[in-house]
Amino acid sequence: MTTAQLDWREPDNGDAVLAVRGACTMQHLPDLLTRIEALRRVPSMLDLSDLDALDSAGALVLLRLLDRPQHYRNATVRIAHARPEHQALIELVAERAGADPLPVQARSSWHNWMVQFGEATSGIAAHAWELAGFFGTVNHCFWSILTGRRKLRMTSVVHHMERTGLDAVPIVSLLCFLVGAVVAFLSATALRDFGASILTVEIVSVSFLREFGVLLSAILVAGRSGSAFTAEIGSMRSREEIDAIKALALDPIELLVIPRLVALLIMLPVLAFIAMLSGIIGGVLVGAMALDISPTMFLVRMQDTTELYYLWLGLLKAPVFAFLIACIGCLEGLKVSGSAESVGRHTTSSVVQSIFLVIVFDALFAVLYMKLDL
Amino acid sequence: MNVTVDATVISVRGLSNRFGAQVVHEGLDLDVRRGEVLAVIGGSGAGKSVLLRSIIGLQEPAAGTVHVLGTDLRSAESSVRASIERRWGVMFQDGALFSSLTVLENIKVPMIEQHKLPVDLMDELARLKIALVGLPADAAYKLPSQLSGGMRKRAGIARALALDPEILFLDEPTSGLDPLGAAGFDELIVTLKRSLDLTVFLVTHDLDSIFTCCDRVAVLVDRHVVAVDTPARISEHPHPWIQACFLGPRGRSAERALTLRTQEA
Repeated sequence: MTTAQLDWREPDNGDAVLAVRGACTMQHLPDLLTRIEALRRVPSMLDLSDLDALDSAGALVLLRLLDRPQHYRNATVRIAHARPEHQALIELVAERAGADPLPVQARSSWHNWMVQFGEATSGIAAHAWELAGFFGTVNHCFWSILTGRRKLRMTSVVHHMERTGLDAVPIVSLLCFLVGAVVAFLSATALRDFGASILTVEIVSVSFLREFGVLLSAILVAGRSGSAFTAEIGSMRSREEIDAIKALALDPIELLVIPRLVALLIMLPVLAFIAMLSGIIGGVLVGAMALDISPTMFLVRMQDTTELYYLWLGLLKAPVFAFLIACIGCLEGLKVSGSAESVGRHTTSSVVQSIFLVIVFDALFAVLYMKLDL
Repeated sequence: MNVTVDATVISVRGLSNRFGAQVVHEGLDLDVRRGEVLAVIGGSGAGKSVLLRSIIGLQEPAAGTVHVLGTDLRSAESSVRASIERRWGVMFQDGALFSSLTVLENIKVPMIEQHKLPVDLMDELARLKIALVGLPADAAYKLPSQLSGGMRKRAGIARALALDPEILFLDEPTSGLDPLGAAGFDELIVTLKRSLDLTVFLVTHDLDSIFTCCDRVAVLVDRHVVAVDTPARISEHPHPWIQACFLGPRGRSAERALTLRTQEA
């Protein structure tokens, strides 16, 4: 079967009759379209007596050749000698394709941009409001558990402690070890000129105890576990499992959110402590290998100059960060609607928000500690 | 281009499928003739969907051959395979529409990927398919998540029809639809088959669809096809599963409805 061929026929009455031969189907469409473009005038009639094959795409192209969509139905009479099955198909296509005028679509890009800007701005406000509301809901549920009106699901808590805490130990300690080594190197290079390489000890220990240990572990946990919370709860939501939980007269907050929150509240301080230790070990190692500060000297110097309460100042931030990460992760999961794309969008949003808020709160803590002269 | 005018468009011979120790199909034979609506029925877990997946090449069979439009797809070169694949359309159980694209974009995906056509023609073609499957025009700009189950299935058919295929595979088209919606769907299958000259391979366990829209029924029990015949004659087949299925309360009412309808007509 060959691609459709187009030939002009000139009957006596002066009509411009175009004879279509061969196959007028989807797979021959590109060839047919180039041939149609090469036509120099618009046909008034089509002769389909030698047409071998026709499908709905071909029928549509033939109708477009004759008239505009609104007039397809009237155009069918200008098709001659079609086989009955072809005629039936053309009539069906003419009826369906011409039936509905095009729905009005998108406005100008400038207008769209303004609308998007406005929606995004009001979205941020609505979002902050929603987050505050969720904090309240979670705290209320937490209080009910503390006062014994609801149960804490211990099995679930332990499960999440393992997944978010224990499983994160290798990556957190490796990362902090490396950052500790880098901090030691950088400060040693800068301080060597003043002959004060020994201050490296304070820089590493203070920065890790007060800031880096807890901040790095919180950022890692936000990327690792916050995203997992959103994806887990989100896919449960898109498969109506959350609705099923509600329909069974259970509370998704109590069942899904609280165990994750409690697990993080316990494990993030532990992870932060491990992070501090690994960072300091990184510093010790660099000191011993590159700076002529022996491990003993490092430890003695650290004992002399670094206060113990720095550790508590650092660890105090961990539960706050844990609360932020768990709440944002779970809230974004609960906001998922329907599609797989929505799960992805909310997971991204959850990670971005929790890292952002962790850093904002870290800055607030820094200001607070400074005002308190700590 | 080689156009097969054979009566048989799909021919399955000696098909076997296994998942670990579980044997799904063994020595399964089946022929689908050009221009017919063939339904495959069988209990849940009988391997109906696996059979469909084996035919369209999503499931590598343990043994046996599958010829579609005269070509053995497993041994064919990838270019030949692709040209055959363009000649069929598949509707999966819940439509399997791409959730991030609108219905119109979903229908345009195969057109954009397979043929270079002008954008306005593709838009018009996609809207034609939407009208052909009986969706309202404003469904074109909706996302799959904004549609009901029945509309998603219709949109799934519209995407399957995007390239004007010769064979249409439908996986449980009426499952999860209300009786009126299901009846509308049966009607749609008949209309589409008649006007677009389709061969329809359909997996179902809806007895009403079998009596209203199918030319032949293949019964898949005990790992192979035990009988293939017209709906009216297959209900007289002595196999115990067929007897239990067609002479059970639901089978009888479906058949009675058919007889009533034919008497009225």
